[in-house]
Amino acid sequence: MIDPMEFLLWTKGPMFQIAIAVFGLGILARLFEIFALGRRHNYSQARGGELVPGLKTVYKRFNPDPGTFARSPFDVIVGIIWHIGFIVVLLLFIPHVELIQTTFGIAWPSLPNPLVDAITAVTLVGLVAALIHRLTQPVKRFLSTREDYVIWAVTFLPVLTGYLAYHRLINPYPLALGIHILAAEVFLIVLPFTKLTHIFTAFVARWYNGANFGRKGVQS
Amino acid sequence: MAASTTRVPQRTPPSLGETLRRHGVSRRGFLKFCAATASMMALPPGMAPAIAEALEKARRPSVIWLSFQECTGCTESLTRSFSPTVENLILDVISLDYHHTLQAAAGEAAEHAREQAMEENDGNYLVVVDGSLPGPDANPGHSTIAGISNYDMLMETVSGAAAVVAVGTCAAFGGLPKADPNPSGAVSVDQLVTDKPVINVPGCPPVPMVITGVLAQYLTFGALPELDEYNRPRAFFGQSIHDRCYRRPFYDKGLFAETFDDEGAKKGWCLYRLGCKGPMTYNACATMKWNGGTSWPVEAGHPCLGCSEPDFWDGGGFYRALSVPLGDPANVLLAAGVVGAAAGTAAGLLGRRKTARAKARHQPVTADELEQKL
Repeated sequence: MIDPMEFLLWTKGPMFQIAIAVFGLGILARLFEIFALGRRHNYSQARGGELVPGLKTVYKRFNPDPGTFARSPFDVIVGIIWHIGFIVVLLLFIPHVELIQTTFGIAWPSLPNPLVDAITAVTLVGLVAALIHRLTQPVKRFLSTREDYVIWAVTFLPVLTGYLAYHRLINPYPLALGIHILAAEVFLIVLPFTKLTHIFTAFVARWYNGANFGRKGVQS
Repeated sequence: MAASTTRVPQRTPPSLGETLRRHGVSRRGFLKFCAATASMMALPPGMAPAIAEALEKARRPSVIWLSFQECTGCTESLTRSFSPTVENLILDVISLDYHHTLQAAAGEAAEHAREQAMEENDGNYLVVVDGSLPGPDANPGHSTIAGISNYDMLMETVSGAAAVVAVGTCAAFGGLPKADPNPSGAVSVDQLVTDKPVINVPGCPPVPMVITGVLAQYLTFGALPELDEYNRPRAFFGQSIHDRCYRRPFYDKGLFAETFDDEGAKKGWCLYRLGCKGPMTYNACATMKWNGGTSWPVEAGHPCLGCSEPDFWDGGGFYRALSVPLGDPANVLLAAGVVGAAAGTAAGLLGRRKTARAKARHQPVTADELEQKL
């Protein structure tokens, strides 16, 4: 039997260092490779600036375009709900803010625990619904790869284990917290090498798109 | 001389009831203690008379108290806890035959007392240990008593014991001596004693009532209490500080003290952000309190240090929140990020160079030229 406290100290200590190192190294290597590769030189005369239209598109792509919404309202609504839920519980839960403060040196206000708890529950339901939809909808099922299911699990587990730890449904608590931290570490480790990189690259891609629009002088 | 300290064994040692009456403890006071003990051990109230009856008849059990790598804080906690109460008298009336700090004898006479107690009560005495001890593979010179290594003394004394009570976090889990880098090779008692029941009563120091409670239960039922996975009595270590904390509603509402003198601290809000380890700590402080029920750390405005859990010295800063990772993650991230950025840039530039080279080597071929070659 593993000793719960030793397990917790391992997840909080050496394992966290490994996870944060893999994450930092991996994600910056991926991003800097993209930046260093750059884009093909554009010889045409610029008709407008790039920065502002680029940022505008970064923002505007949050709104689903009407066509997408009409075709698959489920994906848009459930997708937005659980994405926002995930980000809110990740960034605004008090223990997470404490962690971020010591790791990154920055802090921000947080939400009361009951609110975070409710949002977590909604996020869990959203993620389960997304999986069911993926499994039952023939087109989505056909398009899904093994990676998609792995990534679903890697995303779902930190939320689930966090919920179980908060409600103290696994005993003893050091074990519950250790499992949650380990699940989050798995998320951090696989993030730079899977489609989870979209957390960062989505904004790079949007900016490139918008910057291109701006240069061409079309609406961004 | 050793002979002068030889204790004359009483033919019929007084029962606990008799001794208590001689100390002026009323029947009512005694029953109140029994009722409190019953509720403490989560027994039905109807058990109180049974406890009273059993305790009345109990003979003074012989207790050998071994102090190894410890600070005497556990003994201080017990003896100086509060003015004499029934619990104190319970301790007074056990036959504490050997205890460094409390016994009058010294030197050879002291060791003789231990040997005699072992001989007279073979198979029936309790061994209480406070402090960790250098393991069998460590240098025994780190801690010796009367020229005997802690390890030899423990194994010899335990051989005839009925049970062992490891008092304090050092004895139960290794405690401060075992903290990284563990210079003395310290181990806990239950790592060495495997053929006798070991009860861990951790805490730095433990709540006095917990020790008396365990002894009372042993005297009452002649059996050891139900233990958790760390061999701690469930009656006292079954619930976490967090779950029984009177400040818990503030945690649930998200109201936290952020410094020791802010508005939240003055209003008595939750101490999680100030490093409280209550959520992962199992102990009875929140319910039984200290100094005769006066107060306890969280009530005094200080976060729980988690002192009754293994490795609490190595669990990170006492004033850092439970969720904060150990070590130096900020610099690890920074170093990894610098390496990652450099590797990414290098990969990108290599890719560009590859493209440029391919372009330079590119030789245009017309369809006619290809046809001629074929």
